Amino acid sequence: MAQTQRTIAAPPVNPETKPFWDAAAAGKLLLKKCAACGEFHYYPRTLCPFCFSDKTEWHAAAGRGTVYSYSVMRRAPVPYAIAYVTLEEGVTMMTNIVDCDLDAIRIGQKVRLVFKPSDGGPPVPMFTPGA
Amino acid sequence: MSIKGKAYIAGAYEHPTRHAPDKSLAQLHAEVAVGALRDAGLTLADVDAYFCAGDAPGLGPLSMLDYMGLKVRHMDSTETGGSSYTIHVAHAAQAIAAGKCTVALITLAGRPRADGVATGTAPRVYTAAAPDVGFEAPFAPVTTNMYAMCAMRHMHEFGTTSEQLAWIKVAASHHAQHNPHAMLREVVTVEEVVASPMIADPLHRLDCCVISDGGGALVVVAPEIAKSLKRPLVRVLGAGEAPKHQMGGRVDLTYSGAVWSGPTAFAEAGVTPADIKYASIYDSFTITVLITLEDLGFCERGKGGRLVADGNLIAGTGKLPFNTDGGGLCNNHPGNRGSMTKVIEAVRQLRGEAHPQVQVRNCDLALAHGTGGSLGTRHASATVILGRE
Repeated sequence: MAQTQRTIAAPPVNPETKPFWDAAAAGKLLLKKCAACGEFHYYPRTLCPFCFSDKTEWHAAAGRGTVYSYSVMRRAPVPYAIAYVTLEEGVTMMTNIVDCDLDAIRIGQKVRLVFKPSDGGPPVPMFTPGA
Repeated sequence: MSIKGKAYIAGAYEHPTRHAPDKSLAQLHAEVAVGALRDAGLTLADVDAYFCAGDAPGLGPLSMLDYMGLKVRHMDSTETGGSSYTIHVAHAAQAIAAGKCTVALITLAGRPRADGVATGTAPRVYTAAAPDVGFEAPFAPVTTNMYAMCAMRHMHEFGTTSEQLAWIKVAASHHAQHNPHAMLREVVTVEEVVASPMIADPLHRLDCCVISDGGGALVVVAPEIAKSLKRPLVRVLGAGEAPKHQMGGRVDLTYSGAVWSGPTAFAEAGVTPADIKYASIYDSFTITVLITLEDLGFCERGKGGRLVADGNLIAGTGKLPFNTDGGGLCNNHPGNRGSMTKVIEAVRQLRGEAHPQVQVRNCDLALAHGTGGSLGTRHASATVILGRE
């Protein structure tokens, strides 16, 4: 029987990233913002990649963004769309665009956050078309 | 201190195999080492420095030094994926200039084809402890869809087309027809490239490089040794290396680290892109070439599509002959790492030893560029400029 759903690899969770994945399990996308330089960054780190301060704090993202770039992977058991989405907060993150017509995805398209279950790990942040 | 004129490439060898189920990985490394030393007119006993990257089996250089019975006084296992060997040429020149060694051997080998690795379409995680893995692996980034996102964004910002990208493959195929070792020797058309199956939008199968076994090696030597040998003198004139990554979430997929490695290399060599007679450009995908040529300054940013179109990269007729061995797109991509063969073909051109049908006339200045890692996430760009003396 043909495979109809893609298995989503579980992200490895470590002490530094556990708050992110705990929040994901509660349906929240957390970003790190540096209290020293005021910049958001992604992916989240303990030490700010812009000023190296350790005064980084978790902030919940609004969960809205636009597609920066994408590609539909055709040569896969189940085709899927990988993308970089630029969040309202200004950072750009790797993700998948899901629950939509893959052929209708466009750069600049507005997307909103959804979580999808991973294979034996926490749910992961993905996006679907819509404001 | 500059490396300009402080070192020469005296030996270069590309393994003829493209499929090596009958050989071990260590054996391939040793076979290319012998080939490059023989090409230079040197022996294993002359080698006093060894350079290898992550494709070498074992801990850094140690297992291969053991296997080859090498006793050296300098070693370097800088690992930046496919661009490692371009960087090794520069680091070897630096070590020679600093008096740390006089004969540096660099080897690359791999057998992904024999091992059945789906290089471009299967997820690969180098180490689960890498800080990016949790934030990327769930989304199934593979080599092709990451480069595809670069192409998609470049098309969006600059109007680059699939047909323009296809010209890069067409040029490579024109060169590969003359290379008896090339995996794909058939000349293809723009129409055939864009009609080939879509792998990851907008990259078609013929936008992607081959998967091959094999390897290559280089011997970089001090000036007095180069001048004592019977080979044409190929001098290292300048080099640059630069990482580029996601910049804390300020992702820009339209350029590469070549915007930094290129100017550094040109400044050290004291030449400009307009002076270059031949360019070896890492061609994991057609888009890799287009973005790299822009970044190196062969054209304005965003105008790469026009630069590569209409056969401009074809030796003999085009303005900028590139990858005259057929490149990774048609000839060889040993171990999924393409910058070794880029340097080797640049050396052939400078020696006048390229195939007569693709030999650039009066080729006295060449550039070789490598890209290692992924343009779509993090990579290292490396440029070397070589001159015929």
